[in-house]
Amino acid sequence: MSDTFPRGRTAIAGLATFGVGEMPGFSSMELTAQAATLAVTDAGLTFADVDALYICQPDDFFAGLSFAEYLGLRPAYTDNNRTGGSAFMSHMASAALALEAGYIDCALIAYGSNQRSNGGKLATRITSNTWDAPYAPLFPLTSYAIAAARHMHEYGTAREDLAAVALAARAWANTNPEAFARGPLTLEDCLSSRMISTPISVRDCCLVTDGAAAVVMTRTDRARDLPRPPVPLLGAAAATWWNSIAQAPDVTVTAARESGARAMAMAGVTPRDVQTAQLYDAFTINTILFLEDLGFCPKGEGGRFVSDGTIAPGGSLPVNTNGGGLSCCHPGMYGLFAIIEAARQIRGEAANQLPGIDLALAHGNGGTLSSQATVILGSMATL
Amino acid sequence: MSGPETYWRTALGDGRFLLQRAPDGTAVFPPRVAVPGSGVGTLEWFEACGRGTVYSLSWINRRAPAEPYNVALIDLDEGARLMSRVEGVDAESLKIGMRVEAFIEGKGEEAILLFRPAEGAA
Repeated sequence: MSDTFPRGRTAIAGLATFGVGEMPGFSSMELTAQAATLAVTDAGLTFADVDALYICQPDDFFAGLSFAEYLGLRPAYTDNNRTGGSAFMSHMASAALALEAGYIDCALIAYGSNQRSNGGKLATRITSNTWDAPYAPLFPLTSYAIAAARHMHEYGTAREDLAAVALAARAWANTNPEAFARGPLTLEDCLSSRMISTPISVRDCCLVTDGAAAVVMTRTDRARDLPRPPVPLLGAAAATWWNSIAQAPDVTVTAARESGARAMAMAGVTPRDVQTAQLYDAFTINTILFLEDLGFCPKGEGGRFVSDGTIAPGGSLPVNTNGGGLSCCHPGMYGLFAIIEAARQIRGEAANQLPGIDLALAHGNGGTLSSQATVILGSMATL
Repeated sequence: MSGPETYWRTALGDGRFLLQRAPDGTAVFPPRVAVPGSGVGTLEWFEACGRGTVYSLSWINRRAPAEPYNVALIDLDEGARLMSRVEGVDAESLKIGMRVEAFIEGKGEEAILLFRPAEGAA
């Protein structure tokens, strides 16, 4: 199957984050609505221009309805796709197709959670399925631990390699004022941190923060006339291979292999062309798996790839340049934040701005390595 | 008459560990109403031999004095994979690749499928 996709025909016209870190006293809806307001304003538009809503909240299964009501919208199309943290990349794919078809004119994609201030618990009610639940895996952590343990067994990946992912994320975060976790972090800190579900320890896990994010998408020809630099969407693909990790044919290979290859084919690029990658790092093993599955290094080489500073500041492939879910923010789901960091790099306004970024990849992960979705963003020069 | 999930649990409660087999011989778990991947043909029940190999695992640490417990993925000899727990092992002895055998603890609705090292397993 070869995909058809309206390469570059739609673009991010506005974006915003709000309340990243700690925002006590705000509901998830309030944080999300504030991010949405900022993103629509950033695009030089108003709520009256928005005719499609894409949203997936942690604590509201009817979020599309609640959010439309809250903002005073009457969307012609509302999408509550819920594939976990990859949902936002899928939202972009759907929005691009609907925009290109002329079915909608302006899409608002939003997410927010007060997960940290609301007690630090995962606000979602998602749990293990009935077959896995009797064995009490920590959800979702143990599933990632099972993947990491097998990766170590097959490829010799070491805890030091996992730690290298956390150290790179922290190094980026340390120069990003928006990042929640800043300050020194050493290899020894990582290796001696409390073991939760072997081989994953505290420092292998993403943060629990508050935060909200929103992007506005229009057709690129319209975005050209709006105040901010358009960030064209060159390719977007999603792939779902399982829900429970027990059903993965190979827990060291994720559907990112498919979503990445398809998205890059749509964009007409290869991994070598990607100047920065924003990868959903719920756990340190994620970054390693996605670097492999997206084609930045061969399967099994991810640990060695990250261990020599390749993804850290100054490395040849800057990854998670905001600090990622490990050190910037992780309000329940991180996907939209990865998209926004990629878009900021292209707009030239990232906290850790890299020189001359024309092509960035953002990759989302949902469930227990279950649902993968990849978007390729470019500058206007890539059209 | 019941759905396959209830059928499987009822059998487990009676001390029997069942799997399904697709027309091409592939073992299927968890039990389904349709052949995964094609939807063509019917799934037939059969009794699992109960032997398998540890594919991956994690030990979950708990606040003392509670002991750590493991969660393991088991590759059954028939080909299906499932999540379970291996009993009678510790963090030193439980390894990926270890041969294990199934046993059912409890009766009726309390029944749970567990594994222990196969006789002669290192």
